[in-house]
Amino acid sequence: MMGDIFSYLYQFADVFAFLILSAAGLAIVFGMMGIINMAHGEFIMCGAYVTVGLVHVGFPLIAAQLCGAIVAGLIGVLIEVVIVRRFYKRPEDSLLATWGLSLMVTQGTLLVIGSTVTGIGTPPGSFTVGEYSFSTYRMVLFGASIAVLAFIYFVFMRTKFGVMARATMQDATTARALGVKISWIYAITFGLGAGLAGLCGGLYAPTMSLIPTMGSTFVVESFVTVVVGGANVLMGTAPAGVLLAIIRTTLNAWHGQIVGQIGLLIAVILVIRVLPDGITGWMNRHMR
Amino acid sequence: MKLKSMFLSGAAALALGALCAPAFAADPIKLGLIEDISGDLATYGIPKLHGSLLAVDEINKAGGIMGRPIAMTHLDPQGDNARYQEFARRFLDKDQVDVLIGGETSASREAIRPIVDKHDVPYFYTNQYEGGVCDAREFSTGAIPEQQFSTLIPYMVKTFGPKSYVIAADYNFGQLSAEWNRSILKQPDVNGTVVGEEFIPLGVSQFAQTIQNIQKAKPDWLLTINVGDAQDSFFEQAAAAKLNLPMGSSIKIMLGFEHKRFKPPALNNMHAAANWFEELNTPAAEDFKKRWHLMFPNEPYINDMGYNAYVTIYLYKEMVERAKSTKLDDLRKVVDKGDLCIDAPEGHICMDPKSQHMSHHMYLLSVDEKHDVHVDKDFGVIQPYWLASIGCDLTKDDPQEQYSPNNLPQK
Repeated sequence: MMGDIFSYLYQFADVFAFLILSAAGLAIVFGMMGIINMAHGEFIMCGAYVTVGLVHVGFPLIAAQLCGAIVAGLIGVLIEVVIVRRFYKRPEDSLLATWGLSLMVTQGTLLVIGSTVTGIGTPPGSFTVGEYSFSTYRMVLFGASIAVLAFIYFVFMRTKFGVMARATMQDATTARALGVKISWIYAITFGLGAGLAGLCGGLYAPTMSLIPTMGSTFVVESFVTVVVGGANVLMGTAPAGVLLAIIRTTLNAWHGQIVGQIGLLIAVILVIRVLPDGITGWMNRHMR
Repeated sequence: MKLKSMFLSGAAALALGALCAPAFAADPIKLGLIEDISGDLATYGIPKLHGSLLAVDEINKAGGIMGRPIAMTHLDPQGDNARYQEFARRFLDKDQVDVLIGGETSASREAIRPIVDKHDVPYFYTNQYEGGVCDAREFSTGAIPEQQFSTLIPYMVKTFGPKSYVIAADYNFGQLSAEWNRSILKQPDVNGTVVGEEFIPLGVSQFAQTIQNIQKAKPDWLLTINVGDAQDSFFEQAAAAKLNLPMGSSIKIMLGFEHKRFKPPALNNMHAAANWFEELNTPAAEDFKKRWHLMFPNEPYINDMGYNAYVTIYLYKEMVERAKSTKLDDLRKVVDKGDLCIDAPEGHICMDPKSQHMSHHMYLLSVDEKHDVHVDKDFGVIQPYWLASIGCDLTKDDPQEQYSPNNLPQK
């Protein structure tokens, strides 16, 4: 009994971590900046590949994961300056441009690095509750997802950069008139989103098959979480993660992964139908 | 695939297409090849292209088939079944190839089989699969359930216990393989049970819930017929949660080389029944591996599908040379005689005229905690007998059907 209750909580934490970590970067890039970033999965893949590469040459795992996030973030800044910058007024075109980028990156990785990379193995450590045994690392992922939420809140609500970034996204012209260097704000904000995607890749790299298309397994969940969260990424992502994780965990436990996946998507359709502005739109209307 | 081997395969393709043509007076034999070398199945599909390139290169250098060179064209459907259909139509209608080879998942094979059945061109499917296709236009050269499941499942029950738990990909291959498992476990001399079955959509990569379900069901062993790179993440996650159960499969080790791709001990205690695996060290196998690695020095692993792809083109050569024709009817007359055999790197293997499937030399493999491969049992050569036993006889009748234990021919 004890084991079953803990098992449910563990499954919830596991699904929640997956949703939040895969959505965090996209929440900034899509939720805040309005760029429909189809290359989100490729930033995740980039973080994973950098992490694995560095572990293979002897880096400790945590250092490698941070480097993965930093490299993905720097590449994000570059991509913003070269490509994304031209699409802030044309969100539909941004979809096409980033999709093209995604195709080039996956195929380029396949050609240059190969179809598969040897894994690095999950850090050892497991514990038993009742009749079940659990991997400790999955709990680390849950902790990381909470830390990422706290980090986003801190950066955008408690720093000067955060104020300037929010001002720029709300009204770029006025922000510029007040002396904000908006081109830098855009580049750094996009880089931050890409870096969080890279961190997600680094965190999941030890637990997954490493292939050029690995990012695609995160993309549906990340878009779904951001859309359900709504326009305000700082407030919306966490409750969206909780809601969707409860739905998915319950359905997974009830009737397996297929039902869990179907239920997740039905929940999203319902949320968009009933709350077109997502959870934060509803909160804005009812909590004033 | 590293750039160098990309260049090599590109150069090889060019050599086949252009350089060989003036060297032969006769018209080339047109071979259409459809294999995934990008997308989610690229890991397993690239060796299939390489095996085909190697066979064509060797055959053309040795004078071709009856003096005619092979002109092979390869198209990459990227794991997309709609593209498979488009490319099959293009090869059969527009290019009018003499022979069509390829297909990775059983879903892709079933997607193109109706198109193949409208043309009188031989089609070779080179993967191991869930068996049961009784179709005069299809020649299947991979291992099938009577060679894989009928050897593996009784072994697992005898060695580890009667209770099995199945993790399968949710499409025709996984569903039908699970059906085979149920049917074989019910046999009185096997006498096992299924304590759980889970069908997983392709592309799913997170398995915490599945791992818990398995722990709850307490099986003696797992049948892992999960497919694709995303679903392979199961092994790493199960090892991290200390699931520690013996596993059996018809597609792991020799097909997906998971023991090379994951850090030990993720694949510890995995078992598989295979006709080919790169660790096979007979003189014929060693010679074959040497030639392969000379042409593709960066190949991470020569998997069974790549090997089958290679052997299949030699089998086709043997058929054409004996028939002195490339026409489907003439080729089938050769098969009907019942003595169509070739000496493959695994040994002397033959095609059964009733079902048009191959006999294979089968081994039971296991992987230890260091990911070293061991041969636990040598089953010798096993004939494909199941289709004939349920009444499929392509020498008399062509039902163009796929049968399974629950879907037998109407008497």
